[in-house]
Amino acid sequence: MLTQSKAMDEENIASIILKELSRLADGHLRFMEVCGTHTVSIFRSGIRSLLPEGIELISGPGCPVCVTPVGEIDRAIAMAQLRDVTLLTFGDLMRVPGSSLSLYEARAMGRDIRVITSPLDAVEIATREPGRRIIFFAVGFEATSPAIAAAVKEAMRKRLGNLYLLSSQRLIPPAIKALLSSKKVKIDGFILPGHVSVIIGKTPYSFIAHEFCLTGVITGFEATDILEGIYMLLCQKKEGRSEIEIQYRRAVKEAGNRLAMEVMKEVFEPVSARWRGLGLIPESGLKLRGGFKEMDASEAFDIPYKDKEDPPGCLCGEILQGLKSPPDCPLFDKRCTQQNPVGPCMVSSEGTCAAYHRYGVYHEGKRGKDTSRSRGRGKIDSRPYTRTISALP
Amino acid sequence: MTHDLIHALFLPFLKNKLLCALDDSAVIPTGKGSRLAFTTDSYVVKPLFFPGGDIGRLSICGTVNDLAMAGARPLGLSASFILEEGFSAGKLERVLSSMKEAAMEAGVMVAAADTKVVEHGAAEGLFITTSGIGVISEGVDISGSRAMAGDAVIINGPIGDHEIGVLVARGDLSLEGKIKSDCAPLNGLVQAMLDTCGNIHVLRDPTRGGLATVLWEIANASKAGVIIDDQKVKVRQEIKGVCDLLGFDPYYLANEGKLVAFVPQEEAETVLEAMKANPLGREAGIIGAVVDENPGKVLLKTRIGGYRLLEPLSGEQFPRIC
Repeated sequence: MLTQSKAMDEENIASIILKELSRLADGHLRFMEVCGTHTVSIFRSGIRSLLPEGIELISGPGCPVCVTPVGEIDRAIAMAQLRDVTLLTFGDLMRVPGSSLSLYEARAMGRDIRVITSPLDAVEIATREPGRRIIFFAVGFEATSPAIAAAVKEAMRKRLGNLYLLSSQRLIPPAIKALLSSKKVKIDGFILPGHVSVIIGKTPYSFIAHEFCLTGVITGFEATDILEGIYMLLCQKKEGRSEIEIQYRRAVKEAGNRLAMEVMKEVFEPVSARWRGLGLIPESGLKLRGGFKEMDASEAFDIPYKDKEDPPGCLCGEILQGLKSPPDCPLFDKRCTQQNPVGPCMVSSEGTCAAYHRYGVYHEGKRGKDTSRSRGRGKIDSRPYTRTISALP
Repeated sequence: MTHDLIHALFLPFLKNKLLCALDDSAVIPTGKGSRLAFTTDSYVVKPLFFPGGDIGRLSICGTVNDLAMAGARPLGLSASFILEEGFSAGKLERVLSSMKEAAMEAGVMVAAADTKVVEHGAAEGLFITTSGIGVISEGVDISGSRAMAGDAVIINGPIGDHEIGVLVARGDLSLEGKIKSDCAPLNGLVQAMLDTCGNIHVLRDPTRGGLATVLWEIANASKAGVIIDDQKVKVRQEIKGVCDLLGFDPYYLANEGKLVAFVPQEEAETVLEAMKANPLGREAGIIGAVVDENPGKVLLKTRIGGYRLLEPLSGEQFPRIC
């Protein structure tokens, strides 16, 4: 619990930064928060309701569950159908619909699919159950990959022989590059992810400044961190600079975490990967290196990846690129709800649609263009949607 | 989910004047001044034993609290046990002993009981259903639909202890900690509040769905607007830590020893004083107010001075992965 005085400090700090933002804001600026954890923090703290007119925040592709394409979920389910196979995955992924089933539904139909919370759990389960073939369907960005790499090394050390990795890991900087190269969305600067940057540091983002002349600030997850990150972006704009800066200094070093990066590089190599919405991006995924090949589920099991269409009507692909916002989607809060999600952005706790759905938006005296549904002074988003029951258990 | 289930399936078949109030207890007129409160609840918690309580304590406290939220003094409880074949007698003894202890704490007796044994796999260890009956004094009129502009919103302590305590005890989060469930019978606290203020409008215990869901239900049923000040809502540091780690929002976490009260602003301080004098209300505080604007909505004033809506829980909270 924050003490009363600390809490007061937080409000004071916020109001000081907000005054500065109003002073610096000039014209219409669109900043993308790449990471889903930022999206959730922005909604939970009501930052959108406080920003001066003209500053627009758009959500990016930084939710690992959301960017996992339908085809990869289908592939994991197909592997789970094999004899003696146990599929392990992280919780959020369970409810993402594949082309006919979600992992959750596949489990309900009798497949052995389990949720783990740490990659090392996979090693433990494989050790405990030598008679089963354990496939760890791993999604995540650079923040999670070192732990997955460590688990792979541990499995090799123990010569387990029954643990396989179905890697659906992805890298953030190549996705930002693809987004900017596509020129489909106007972005004036990036609120760059904190957790990922703890590992990779700031150098991998330098193309944002050098090739695209844009700004980026690696930002922490507290509300005041995010406000300060926006302030640093505005300062750069005002001074005509395009640099990558670090606001989240208490956790992020310029060079990142060398040890973690070394483990990652030892175990994985970059590979082209498909992203929902963004398509195939070169060097944006991670696959096991030759020395760990025997653990690669995509080699050990003869179930190839097949491209599958996104669910009809679902705008997750556009939302992940910042091209559309959830209220633009005809399914949002109608056919697609947290109880019965159609697209992954509604499933994941980090997903943009889930954030809109859960927190709504309240505007106090906000008149500027906004990506949310309501306009006008002190009006509440009226949510004119009737929540219908589409699925009873 | 439960909300939809009730409205789409249960009410169309079972609806009647008493059930449709959808409060924690049904309030039955007796023809005289006082009324009866009647309620029932099933307990299927996993694991059966957790820091701060177990399924036995929960099954007494939960039902006593449902009665207390109607402003009723509990008269007696019934308890039904569904045991899975092979459930150990030692564990059952532990559960029964903590039921006895909780019943003594609440000053209520288990007046009727039943046991069924089902075959292995047809239940998970032990399920308990308790029902309770209580009496509501003349003049007490408490309901989720009675929030009025000018009311102060009070809570008796920090939120989230029960759900996080149980989650940690489950052991599949690879977390360790000393987080204890807040599971406790609240009838004594409620009696102390009623003794100082006969005009409490709403009492609710924020169990499943958490504080956010309960406030939303009250705002909706009362067609009133509620504003909550995030700074005033206490969350223990260790609960906040787990929430940050897993991506949970404390407003949606279940509690088993908390109540929210809506009382007229002018009587709020007196009620608060009475609450603080009770061990279960020591950390009580005013967290918000009822307003005329935005009927049916709950607004949260955030720590940085922004606003967001508090919506009811939909779906489940899942641990996040990055």
